[in-house]
Amino acid sequence: MPRIILHSDCNGFYAAVECLYRPEIRNKPVVVGGDESLRHGVVLAANQLAKRIYKVKTGEALIHVRQRCPDLIIVKPNHKLYLRFAKLAREIYNDYTDQVEPFGLDESFIGLTGIAESVGDGERIADTIRERIKYELGITVSIGVSYTKSFAKLASDMRKPDFTTVIAPDEFRQKVWPQPVGDLIYVGAASAEKLRLHGIHTIGDLAGSKREDIISWIRNKNGGLLWDYANGFDSSVVRQFEECMNDDSGIKGFSHSTTTPRDLCNADDMKVTVMVLAEAVAARLREHKRLSKTVSLWLRDNKMSAFTRQCKTAAPTNLAYEIAETAMKLYHACYGSLGNPGSTLLPIRSVGVRASDLVREEEYYQLSFLPKEHKRQNIMAIERAMDDIRERYGHTAISRGVLIRDRALGSDNPKEDHIHTFPNCQGA
Amino acid sequence: MGHKVYVPVTAEFDADGNIMPVALTWLDGHVYEIDRILDVRRAASLKGGGLGLRYTCRINGRTTHIWLDESRWFVESKRGIN
Repeated sequence: MPRIILHSDCNGFYAAVECLYRPEIRNKPVVVGGDESLRHGVVLAANQLAKRIYKVKTGEALIHVRQRCPDLIIVKPNHKLYLRFAKLAREIYNDYTDQVEPFGLDESFIGLTGIAESVGDGERIADTIRERIKYELGITVSIGVSYTKSFAKLASDMRKPDFTTVIAPDEFRQKVWPQPVGDLIYVGAASAEKLRLHGIHTIGDLAGSKREDIISWIRNKNGGLLWDYANGFDSSVVRQFEECMNDDSGIKGFSHSTTTPRDLCNADDMKVTVMVLAEAVAARLREHKRLSKTVSLWLRDNKMSAFTRQCKTAAPTNLAYEIAETAMKLYHACYGSLGNPGSTLLPIRSVGVRASDLVREEEYYQLSFLPKEHKRQNIMAIERAMDDIRERYGHTAISRGVLIRDRALGSDNPKEDHIHTFPNCQGA
Repeated sequence: MGHKVYVPVTAEFDADGNIMPVALTWLDGHVYEIDRILDVRRAASLKGGGLGLRYTCRINGRTTHIWLDESRWFVESKRGIN
């Protein structure tokens, strides 16, 4: 039975949804951008006109884009609406198979093995899905059809917007191998650079190298995986949506980051921001019944240079209080006890907190008669009570005193407002 | 360019829980009876902007579309609300 896998990618997803709801801007260059007053002013998505005429790219600073294209229309994001469209798209995929694995909000793998009899059959289903999405949702998707997930993903990126691209088992050498190695799934900028230094520019170069060389050059377990993908050896299956949502066994860590409304110049500012992020990280740890043994702090200064520091926690924890305390220790180790006085270090623009090195709650429970443990149990009870109150009455129903000190910095709710993964790390 | 106009609609639930529009009230207060529903399907409204369950209806001998977007009804119109 041939493996048939589709990868569907919504084209310029956020911008396409906004253009559907606003016919008056549909034929103009449009980008969806973050709030510049909060210094989140980057391009989140661009429509085809903005991409084609002005070469706008996701992640570009709005200030630069606006200089280059004065007639560009910038709209604010509406995440609830995008979630609704993602669900509606999934409902369409589910009419053909129950193997629909989300890959981000706007992408899905669709498993048709056992349903489609050949790649040609898969292509026909892909074309039907594309037409239905266009007719029923008013947006377009590009779909890749192949026999592995990695090639299906690659195929969906080859022709956009609103195309079906097929990579059959007998043609991957002609179609896949000439592509730049950076186009292969999981080859990030750092891996691509490492490979480039060894003379590997295309996926074909990667496929033709020795597997052990790639592992030693990439220096992590992905090296072997990338070689396998390049050679068409990808046996990973498409999982069901519910299975993906319920399976948290692969979680390596939880992280949140934010760009603050103003630069952080001292330890008090930092404490507020770190507590906001630690609360979000700790709540997610408790949600997934995990404890963290390592806390990392990522800082980016106002000249955009960034660095990360990490250390072990005193004991495995899922308490915001302890995560924030550990993150502040890391901050003080870099910036001194008061935070930057007389230092050559610059004010901070963005902060991230990550909890990793996870263990399951039920695997770790250490009893102690020390007074410190008693205090810890009290903090745990308080934080769980806060979780309950927030679940019933919303995030703002209860707040820590430290966050009221600076409402501009302390009013953020990273857990629900936006999903930011920790820079340069694979977030959960 | 078309406009999206939300309108009051009188609708009925059938025994299976399906909702069917019976009449709609236009901006000037005129009530239009729906003679027949020809088709029901999910569809985008490119002129009005949005999507929903689209009812293709026969009203006074003319075919028109009404969308049910979650809990609100809208139609595409050549003129918007001033």
